[in-house]
Amino acid sequence: MSASDFQPVIGLEVHAQLLTRSKIFCSCSTEFGAPPNHHTCPVCLGLPGVLPVLNRRVVEMAVLTGLALGCEIQRRSVWSRKNYFYPDLPKGYQITQYDQPICEQGRLLIDGEGGERAIRIRRVHMEEDAGKSVHDPVRGISLVDLNRAGVPLLEIVSEPDLRSPEEAAEYMRSLRDLLVYLGVNDGNLEEGSLRCDANVSVMPKGSAQLGTRTELKNLNSYRFLQKAIELEIARQVLVLESGGKVEQETRLFDAERGETRSMRSKEEAHDYRYFPEPDLPPLVLDEGLVEAQAKALPELPRAKLERFRTQYGLPAYDAKLLTSERPLADYFEAVAAGYRDYKKLSNWFLGELLRLLKEQPTPIAALKIGPGHFAALLSSVDRGEISAGAGKEVLAEMFRTGAAPQTVIAERGLAQVSDQSAIEALVDEVLAKNPSEAEKYRAGKRQVFGFFVGQVMKAMKGKANPQVVNELLRKKLGG
Amino acid sequence: MRLTLEQVRHVAGLARLKLGPEEEQRYQQQLSAILEAMEKLRELDTESVEPTSHSTLSGFLWREDLSRQSLEVEKALANAPEKVGTAFSVPKIIE
Repeated sequence: MSASDFQPVIGLEVHAQLLTRSKIFCSCSTEFGAPPNHHTCPVCLGLPGVLPVLNRRVVEMAVLTGLALGCEIQRRSVWSRKNYFYPDLPKGYQITQYDQPICEQGRLLIDGEGGERAIRIRRVHMEEDAGKSVHDPVRGISLVDLNRAGVPLLEIVSEPDLRSPEEAAEYMRSLRDLLVYLGVNDGNLEEGSLRCDANVSVMPKGSAQLGTRTELKNLNSYRFLQKAIELEIARQVLVLESGGKVEQETRLFDAERGETRSMRSKEEAHDYRYFPEPDLPPLVLDEGLVEAQAKALPELPRAKLERFRTQYGLPAYDAKLLTSERPLADYFEAVAAGYRDYKKLSNWFLGELLRLLKEQPTPIAALKIGPGHFAALLSSVDRGEISAGAGKEVLAEMFRTGAAPQTVIAERGLAQVSDQSAIEALVDEVLAKNPSEAEKYRAGKRQVFGFFVGQVMKAMKGKANPQVVNELLRKKLGG
Repeated sequence: MRLTLEQVRHVAGLARLKLGPEEEQRYQQQLSAILEAMEKLRELDTESVEPTSHSTLSGFLWREDLSRQSLEVEKALANAPEKVGTAFSVPKIIE
């Protein structure tokens, strides 16, 4: 058997930090970047005698996310303790949800191989994050910062419905976009506010029997996620082909070495001894909370994408990029309200605007270009008042200063001359200066045309409307 | 129900407890006695009794999502045997 005889089977577990102000069970701030242990209190330090009190906003965000994923919202869910020892878990257990999570059986639509696919969501549950440890191998110590301990997380678990590393990355992107749309997560994989583990197995094609899976950790970018799964599939195929057995284990992706390696031996297999959390009663949802979240549900990425295709007549590629971030989509619509050539507008967004945003990363909300100004600029280009090239220069200046397009055009003298008589005078002059070239053109040497255009543009410092120049030259040269 | 020594060692391992041979035997006896007491309870007919996982169930207590001043960092670190800056320092964790 060769690699192509095997079918990869992938499921993802995603942990998303919720954008609340305070932690899940205490009032400490969730703000990122404070010095170590400055956002801690007896509850999140796990001191004896304290009790957790649930943050209502966490539940609202869990319900909102569950609704967006088409889940069944459980009116009663239960908190559990997951027991393990690690210095960044001060209580010795994590409060999480186990056998009765808040949301079950949803789905996420993604662009899979061969069209749209519905990836089933097994469950969504709430839990607290652990602290952060930094290891210092030289001094033989680990430093523990508990600022993150107790930050609310949503764990979103898919069914093993993904069939390739590319699909897994696409699922992750779609889920990220959805969570950011909902305003429950900031979508930042690099800073770890969105984390992903992958369960990977392979089975002979056509088989109904799933292979033994391994769990991959440390997949903190789409590229790493895809790469790690590719490597793991190749490794498992190799093991099976050489007659071996895949061990169920946790493996760590090492980006520098380009490999996955075993993290914990089988003997230490997880034994978390889950049991119901006695400090928190089961969570019973009132209908009011669920209804309020259903009302708060915004237009979701895929619905918006479809609408961009139909309402603005945009190709799927454009629509997808424009709707990938809600602020960008909103901004596009604001400009589109004043400019009707939507495809052209999309080109300016995906070309110039995204380039400017890449050169100088700026949140859309802080963009200085007013939507009305953006629309006015494009209208100026359409009317031939400035060239497309000058338009880009003006847009860049608007991006820097927020000035009105007309101001920038006037200040920089970018207005294009479309005035027939002004251009005609210059065309005559250029033709008079170059009689032999004109002769060549008339004798059939058509390449000379470009020379004349160049001469006229040069004389007008590039500000002549090229269309007018072309027309006049053709008329004067004849033929 | 009697726990095997193997089971005692497994649970001790999970709890990061290092037990001597004499302790293993003592805990084997004590833990077995607890489990046997639970077995005894099992003899009761609880068919018509709803299972109870929680004893303090009079409505659910919420917090609104407001952040407040945390503990002063000196107090947070007061029990730390070792610290570096304001971080807890512990023996290196091996992965």
